[in-house]
Amino acid sequence: MRAAVGAGLKPAPTTALLLAAAAIMLGLLFFINSEDCFAQVLSSTELINSAKQYDGQEVVYQGEVVGEVMRRPPHAWVNVHDGLNAIGIWAGLSLIQDITYAGAYQVRGDIIEVIGVFHRACLEHGGDLDIHAANVTLKEGGKKSLDCFDSGEVTTAALLLGVLVLIWILNQLRGK
Amino acid sequence: MILKPQLKDAKIIGYYLGKVILGLAFTMLVPALMGLAKAEIGPALDFFTGLEISLILGLLLTWTCFVEVDLNWMQGMIVVSLSWLVAMALGAIPLYLSGHWASFLDACFDSMSGFATTGLTLAQDLDHLSFAHNLWRHLIMFIGGQGIVIIAISFFVKGFSGAFKMYVGEARDEKILPNVIETSRFIWLVSLVYLVLGTLALGAAGISGGMRPFNAFFHGACLFMAAFDTGGFAPQSQNILYYHNTIFELITIVIMVLGAINFKLHYHIWMGNRKEIIRNIEMVTLFVTIGATFLITAAGLAQANVYPGAIALFRKGFYQLISGHTGTGFQTIYAAQFSLEWSQLALTGVICAMALGGAVCSTTGAIKMLRVGIIFKALAEDIKRIILPEKAIVVQKFHHIKTMFLEDKLVRAALLITLAYIVLYGLGTLVGVYYGYPFLNSLFESTSAAANVGLSCGITQAGMPAALKATYIFQMWAGRLEFMSVFTLIGFFIAVVKGK
Repeated sequence: MRAAVGAGLKPAPTTALLLAAAAIMLGLLFFINSEDCFAQVLSSTELINSAKQYDGQEVVYQGEVVGEVMRRPPHAWVNVHDGLNAIGIWAGLSLIQDITYAGAYQVRGDIIEVIGVFHRACLEHGGDLDIHAANVTLKEGGKKSLDCFDSGEVTTAALLLGVLVLIWILNQLRGK
Repeated sequence: MILKPQLKDAKIIGYYLGKVILGLAFTMLVPALMGLAKAEIGPALDFFTGLEISLILGLLLTWTCFVEVDLNWMQGMIVVSLSWLVAMALGAIPLYLSGHWASFLDACFDSMSGFATTGLTLAQDLDHLSFAHNLWRHLIMFIGGQGIVIIAISFFVKGFSGAFKMYVGEARDEKILPNVIETSRFIWLVSLVYLVLGTLALGAAGISGGMRPFNAFFHGACLFMAAFDTGGFAPQSQNILYYHNTIFELITIVIMVLGAINFKLHYHIWMGNRKEIIRNIEMVTLFVTIGATFLITAAGLAQANVYPGAIALFRKGFYQLISGHTGTGFQTIYAAQFSLEWSQLALTGVICAMALGGAVCSTTGAIKMLRVGIIFKALAEDIKRIILPEKAIVVQKFHHIKTMFLEDKLVRAALLITLAYIVLYGLGTLVGVYYGYPFLNSLFESTSAAANVGLSCGITQAGMPAALKATYIFQMWAGRLEFMSVFTLIGFFIAVVKGK
């Protein structure tokens, strides 16, 4: 009886569990394949060090726009630095309209996310390692900051100026 | 018996060292003014601080060591070798104050790299560096390329025979004009004329490549100074790759080659003697070695199938090769790509090119073409002696501005300097291997430092061991001065300790 009950009860939860597990796995697969939700952002070091692995693949790369946007209609070069290295992004002008700030002295450039095809040695661009952008998203706006200097350095500079003037005066007196 | 140097020697050295420091101090006004013009108050203050320290040191030395005696050979050599060390330390002050270098040693590394026209860098967050500091990084290449002491000779010294001793101490053993001061001024004239032309060409290429006019000409001026003085710094962290511009690459190739040519040859070309280009032993050797090393590099790249197609292979392979051969160090690939993608054969081709260098009396480092040419001529002469009958008289000649007989003392001098360079390349390699870097990478980086090139396969980083940084600084210094003044300084210190 126990065995019969057991035999009669066991198949029902196992099937349900299997179905639930399959549903979860299918769900996971769906989300993994959905780029918008879970696409993995690669670092510049990963791309440079494993360039052969990612060559010709669609990748997601994120970083700060540095230098300046070099427009070559109908495209432009945007160099994007992720804190480790900068990589050149070849993008259509329509994709980069939102870029306002490029990183420079006292300027924090816009942070953008680029989805595009990675080239280890781009045939179109003379063997450059680059990304041809299919989509560019502005993640964080850049900003300018005021030039600041260390008050301690101002004091040091003033003291040094005093010493310099003193040496000059002493030399003038010695000359007389 | 070694004679102990006297106080008089120290005073003479101190006086002329002070003069060189004063000359160097005034060059800091250029980036300081650039800082003020671009409203970069903090960076301008960094340069005023550096200027004040330099002026104080220079004035103290010239006043406390005041002499009216001319330099002898030993003193001239020591003034030169010390000038470069002091310039390194003073030039590093504004760099360190910017906060873009992790330590003063790192700033000294970049300062020596700049003055010695090497181009290896430990700068951090280069893309946010001020215009003033970027201008300084490139200006010190321009100053170092012509020679720190040449500035003093050209503009701050009214005329003394010791000038020639300091001129020779900076690895310039050829006088273009009868007077060494006129020679120095000619070198500056050539450099300034090319500076204007090169900046205009690069600026125009930058604008056509989508850069804003001010940026294009600022980058153009910086890159000209780095290319003509075979330095290799660039305003952005990606070096020349930043521009993604074929015309830019072509123009920099022309400027790099111009920088690798003997100033004496420039003079003869300017005077209309264009045939000298194809007759001169240095130029012939340069063409042959560029061809040979490019063949090795291209074979290595083709073998490893690094680039998709001949154009990409030529554009990447030839650019890194010519950059290495001229001792510049501009890169259009990432440092890691050298070690991860390039084959060992391709790396060997670039290492050979770096080790050979450009012409004597140019801004390049390394063994140099005249010596390589002389050694090959001597080898050819010895082979002829073996082949020809014993009674045959073999006479070997070579053409370098004028036709000369190949004398044994010339061959000996060429071989000695070549040997010294090989030892210097080996020294850095050993230290690199000691710290766990692969042999070929260590040899690559060491040759790059000692030959004042600046190409990097990734070893040169802020995180590398301090002893390796110090080794590379020593290599850059000794390699730029071509040993003699460095050996004299070492001998001077030995004499101070052991002399009687």
